[in-house]
Amino acid sequence: MFQAPEIDYGALSPVIALTAGLCVVLLAGVFDAVKRAVPALTLAVIGTASGLLIWRWNDPTELISGAMRIDEFSIAIALIAMTMAAATVLLSIRERAVEEAGSGEYHSLLLGSLLGMVLLSQATNLVTFFVAIETLSIPLYVLCATNLRKEGSLESGLKYLIVGSLGSATLLYGMALLYGASGSTDFAGIAAGVGGAEGGLVDDPLFLVGIAMCAVGLAFKTSIAPFHQWTPDVYQGAPTPVTSFMAVATKAAAFAVFVRFFVEALGFAADEWQPALAVLAAISIVVGNVGALGQRSLKRMLGYSGVAQAGYILSGLVVVTEAGVSALVFYLAGYAFMNLAAFAVIVARERETIFGDEIESVRGLGAERPLLAWPLTISMLGLAGLPATVGFIGKLYLIEALVEGDYTWLAVFIAIGTMISLAYYLPVVAAMWMGGREPSPAAPAIAGASPEADPLDPDAGRRPSLVLPAALAAAAVVFFGVIPQPLVDFAEQASAAFPFS
Amino acid sequence: MTNSLLWTPLAFGFVGLFLPRRAAGWWATLGAAVTLAIAIVLAIGFDSGAAGLQDTVDVTWIAGLGVDYSLGIDGLNLFLILLTAVVWVAGTAFAAFREQDRPHLFFLMMLLGETATLGAFLAQDLLLFVLFFDLMLVPFYFLFGAWGNDRVGGPSAPAATLKMIVYTLIGSLLMLVAAIATAVIAADGGEITFSIAALAQNPIAAESQRWIFWFFAVAFLVKMPAFLLHGWMPDAYRAAPLPALAVFSGVLAKVGAYGFLRVVLPVFPDASVEFQELLLLIALASILYGSVMAFTQTNIRLIAGYSSIAQLGFITAGIFALSADGADGAVLQMVNHGLVVAPLFVIVAILAERSGTEDLREMGGMAARAPIFAALFLIVTLATLAMPGSANFIGEFYILNGLFDSKIVFAFVAISGVAMSAYYALRLYQRTMHNRRPDGLESREIDVRDGLVLVPLVLCIVGLAFYPQLILKRTDASVQQALAKSASPEKLTSTGRNVGSGSTYRPVGGEK
Repeated sequence: MFQAPEIDYGALSPVIALTAGLCVVLLAGVFDAVKRAVPALTLAVIGTASGLLIWRWNDPTELISGAMRIDEFSIAIALIAMTMAAATVLLSIRERAVEEAGSGEYHSLLLGSLLGMVLLSQATNLVTFFVAIETLSIPLYVLCATNLRKEGSLESGLKYLIVGSLGSATLLYGMALLYGASGSTDFAGIAAGVGGAEGGLVDDPLFLVGIAMCAVGLAFKTSIAPFHQWTPDVYQGAPTPVTSFMAVATKAAAFAVFVRFFVEALGFAADEWQPALAVLAAISIVVGNVGALGQRSLKRMLGYSGVAQAGYILSGLVVVTEAGVSALVFYLAGYAFMNLAAFAVIVARERETIFGDEIESVRGLGAERPLLAWPLTISMLGLAGLPATVGFIGKLYLIEALVEGDYTWLAVFIAIGTMISLAYYLPVVAAMWMGGREPSPAAPAIAGASPEADPLDPDAGRRPSLVLPAALAAAAVVFFGVIPQPLVDFAEQASAAFPFS
Repeated sequence: MTNSLLWTPLAFGFVGLFLPRRAAGWWATLGAAVTLAIAIVLAIGFDSGAAGLQDTVDVTWIAGLGVDYSLGIDGLNLFLILLTAVVWVAGTAFAAFREQDRPHLFFLMMLLGETATLGAFLAQDLLLFVLFFDLMLVPFYFLFGAWGNDRVGGPSAPAATLKMIVYTLIGSLLMLVAAIATAVIAADGGEITFSIAALAQNPIAAESQRWIFWFFAVAFLVKMPAFLLHGWMPDAYRAAPLPALAVFSGVLAKVGAYGFLRVVLPVFPDASVEFQELLLLIALASILYGSVMAFTQTNIRLIAGYSSIAQLGFITAGIFALSADGADGAVLQMVNHGLVVAPLFVIVAILAERSGTEDLREMGGMAARAPIFAALFLIVTLATLAMPGSANFIGEFYILNGLFDSKIVFAFVAISGVAMSAYYALRLYQRTMHNRRPDGLESREIDVRDGLVLVPLVLCIVGLAFYPQLILKRTDASVQQALAKSASPEKLTSTGRNVGSGSTYRPVGGEK
């Protein structure tokens, strides 16, 4: 007789809260009376879910017969995604795209994607894994295209949809092959089925092809070169708040499952995939950093830089050690702060000037608006890995893990990549603080103004919904650069969820 | 005490942000002066006979990674710290006397630069050292880029500065990897520590030392800069604002040389011995190249810049003589050179203000109505060319003495550098101060504000000329400790010992 699995509703509560919240937000958007409260409602949902997640800290539990597991690692990743989602809600206030798409729809799509991320970080089964990754992706395809009047936005959504589907298809094919080799969809079952007593299937070509296809599928989602071509276009075209959400939260969630899947299900075959992932990381570091050189659009630049950063983050997984995974979590958290500070400023300047996200939009910002210039400066210095920022400690952490794991050559790649990256991060700083200060033109000049351009908001740079996230994120970048211990503890507890020998 | 030395400048810098524009410069100068006072108190309390670290601070900083916040003072860094404090007071005061664009930020960056530099000198944890070494770049990136000069027909100030940053960081990021590799290899699976003293106790295998040595060496040689790695120097020097350049050239270049003494020789002794001749070769090339370039340049900043390359070549040669004499001389010469080059850039600034140009060919006759200025400049010039009687002479003498002991061929080539320094230093002096005065050039005495900056620096030069033992006596024990593993025992007894114990001061040699 069929035995229904026992469900621990307490441990499942963050997911339930998000799902319920999503419906409430969607409904609230329909009624004019409460329409204005939608962003606040969304923040409340995110806050509740985060609270429930924190409540489950230190209490690892298997959920729904082992289809999911809530542990420190998944909570850590989910909290990073929650932070970014909350910031995205703030950045979206007064965003054109929200009006175009409808506030209720926009925010419920955001929550839907967030739900996918939380599920993904907890997935321990191929089916949950795939369902979660689609729950994450499909709302994002739509969100990218929400700025209906911008050609770039629609193009971005379509491009993301096609490339994303290709990635999902590859991933699914890989999963099928792994299921074929092991006869199980559970991560633990795969490890037992292939790497078990006989262990004869480790060298099987179909099994190896399965691993490779899964890695490629995940590389699409985490924008690791050479599967990154969609990244700059999609980042540039999407509404900027959505870009900031994609850049960090998607990456965090996809890396979460990347780590869990490769460590728990395929850890026994680490010797087979370690070198391949190391090469992927190295390619990503080089391609991303070189691609970002000379970009005029800040969003494109951050897109390419995201490719490079994905390479750094992936190198934390390559060594398959606890130190490596802690470094990965640490770097992701730091990356969230650094990107958030940058994107908040870009959003503000997009609304203030006619230059959109061009580097011109921040020229002379240091004198004009120090409150915006400092967060962007700190973010750029942090991404470039200069000391007294969380970026430096993050790189230090990664390099130490790599050297300990006998991947010193990859550490050298990180160092070289960082060097190249100075050549595109520092010009942004230079544009803000150095050189001629031309007053930013209030009236649209001939170049740059397009009929589809959004109306400008000359006060955007003073609105707390933008300045506050930027300032807080920048403060966090410096704080954890000087006193990194709390974040190190956080990362170490997260990585302790894995049974490394 | 050590902590307050390190953080006082930065604290003053932050408070200065909230003061009115006009007060920012004076507040910063006060901050630098307070730092100097703390440094002097520390120096007075310094136990001169001891080799080990004094006034140490040691706190766990990042437990999981084995990084400690550990500072300390010994004979190697005591006088470099004093030098930093002195030069910074001068540079900040010089800037405060003049109108600065966006003064809050300018002086914040100046003081952040001081904290970072002091941190690099004080750090006793390898990773902390790398951190401060990199951090030094951030304020100078802003100072050079935002307050620098765009050159007509050349790179703009931000571009020139970017080049400098990329050059320097190439070295220091690889150094980061190398530092971590050193600690991981040394730990051999155990608890990781970055403590320089602990790493020096049990050097890692010679094979690993071989590649790690170069990662460190390149970082330090770029910073100095040494021949072949100096590509960033001309553009950056031409772009830099002069007060910042005075401290940069006076102190930051020494961090590279200091790094060799603090980190490379003790932690990688086998590799240091193995590559001794190669490093000496680079040092000699720097001496020759720097001197020849200093002959031919007409831009007065670049004359000072290239002469620094030559002087730092000398210092490197002294360090890689791998004998106590050479290293003692190198430490002395680091201080000397800092004390000489900082006023030199102040003088360059004054000359440029008077003549409206930085081209040697359009200058001349400045001395006519300015005897005091001429006298001060002459003292600086004579010290630069290591006139007997100046502390620079003692420094170069020690370096050559050490070099003769260990590698006589190199010593003979290095001697030519002494002769050449006389040529470029006197050429700079003559062409600016003597000769016919071009039309429209005014010769007038320096005013009080510049005098207040220049005279104390020149007094330091003169004082040190009378009593170089002040430094030699205190560095010797630490230098011997630093060299213990890389120098052969007979080269560890320095000439300085004999001189120090004698009742009379004899600059030349130890006998009779």
